[in-house]
Amino acid sequence: MADDQSQPTGEFEREPVPQRSLLGFKSFIGMYAGEHCAGTELMIGPLFVAAGVSAYDVVVGLLLGNALAVLSWMLLTAPIAVRARLTLYYQLEKICGRNLVTLYNLANGVMFCFLAGSMITVSATALGVWLDFPMPGLNDIYPNSVGWVLAVLAVGTVISVVAAYGYEMVSRIANIAAPWMVLVFLAFGLVGLKEFITATDSKIHSISDLWLLAQTSIWKGGEPLEGQVKFTFWHVTFFAWFCNMAMHIGMSDLSVFRFARHSWYGISTAAGMYVGHFMAWLSASVLYALQLHHDPTNTDVLPGPLAYKACGIAGLICVIIAGWTTANPTIYRAGLAFQAIIPKSSRFAVTLFTGAIATLAGMFPAIAMQLLGFVALYGLLLMPMGAVVFADFWLLKRFGLQSSYAEQSGLSFNWAAALTWFITLGICLALVKSGIEINGFQPFQIWFVALPGWFVATFLYIGLSKLTQQSPAIDN
Amino acid sequence: MRRILQLISAVALVATILPAMLFLLGRVDLEQVKWLMLLATIVWFASTPFWMGRPTEVKDEIDVP
Repeated sequence: MADDQSQPTGEFEREPVPQRSLLGFKSFIGMYAGEHCAGTELMIGPLFVAAGVSAYDVVVGLLLGNALAVLSWMLLTAPIAVRARLTLYYQLEKICGRNLVTLYNLANGVMFCFLAGSMITVSATALGVWLDFPMPGLNDIYPNSVGWVLAVLAVGTVISVVAAYGYEMVSRIANIAAPWMVLVFLAFGLVGLKEFITATDSKIHSISDLWLLAQTSIWKGGEPLEGQVKFTFWHVTFFAWFCNMAMHIGMSDLSVFRFARHSWYGISTAAGMYVGHFMAWLSASVLYALQLHHDPTNTDVLPGPLAYKACGIAGLICVIIAGWTTANPTIYRAGLAFQAIIPKSSRFAVTLFTGAIATLAGMFPAIAMQLLGFVALYGLLLMPMGAVVFADFWLLKRFGLQSSYAEQSGLSFNWAAALTWFITLGICLALVKSGIEINGFQPFQIWFVALPGWFVATFLYIGLSKLTQQSPAIDN
Repeated sequence: MRRILQLISAVALVATILPAMLFLLGRVDLEQVKWLMLLATIVWFASTPFWMGRPTEVKDEIDVP
């Protein structure tokens, strides 16, 4: 998962980025490599194991899925970003009108709150190592102990207050911690691998020996743990592709790549994908697989204890910093989204309010323990607006329609964009609910449905634009 | 001074990952890995904030009127 700690903000929010302010390729490499090594990686890796992935499915699936994610940034997001050089919000405002953007902000802010909540959950598991209170299990929905509630409350309060007071300071700590954190994630994997070799008494003399160990002991495949959905090659591929869907296909990263000199800078996202969403996920999954190997009844996905067993206090610090530094900008950005709805509210109060919601969400382990589904839902929710931006930028004029229609016609609520959003979500969620099965495979599970959904949204927006642009009576 | 701090940070980064690599090769035990990583962590966070994200000395010289 990603946070936006390094994202250039506060500049050129309502104007194209000028040539003199463009950034070099290295800036994007550093930004993405640090940004995608977040606290949530420590949940996602283990949840793959809980979902019963096999070695081939997880390794090749991640290679392919991450490549598709990088291509999405390169071919969908960056080309629009370097041509328009506008933030997503400003571009959406031109297309959708201010009121619809407000609704988009609300949806985005709420999802950010839940995401920050799961990051607080991750950090709170580190406290459990020291304070030894009962922590939630894999299938827990509600908080299961007073100690857990107090730990989340303590972590969430600190994170929220710091986010309200000192966003810049935490952002700096995040940047300083990033290279170290990447290596601690790698250390998790190396230590876990050696422990596996010892525990299984394996002899590793070649890559094929290592692959055999991976297949037979680490990612064994088979049935998922109780309460989890079975993950196949396609689940892993689509999850890796779509877990940052809000950023690439959903176009959030227009705000980042508007600073890029060339659209091919989109390839810099590979640094984040293959460090955070390949190495870090695999490393974290090795630790969890080791825990199951030692005690198959211990299915708890608790990053704190996992990291502590592997790398001691340094591992615990990594869990706390990974959760804290990524929850911080997420709360901050959720606050910004909410503040856009009530512009007169103080940034401080809104950030504290947002932090309180995130803390409350963090107390419920269901969000973190069901992160694979939540992340897919998050991407799906914002995807249709990405399709609207895509269609508006590339296709509308080809159909003789007006792009940036809200700006051109003075609308505050573009019904074509709004209906595209709502109808696409309705269709996608109906498909998910339908449970349609073809040859034993469910092609419309939450992890897959965004792909047909994007085409639905694109066609819908063109069709509805044709209707609404020809029928001004529908407009406000 | 900046160069020295950068060098210390680089050594700390190497020391963060090296124990785990040596553990994989069976050269050190896990307790040693944990202590060495903690030491490397302390050194990294003690040295890096003094140079990372701060203006370079050359830039400082330019900015001075």
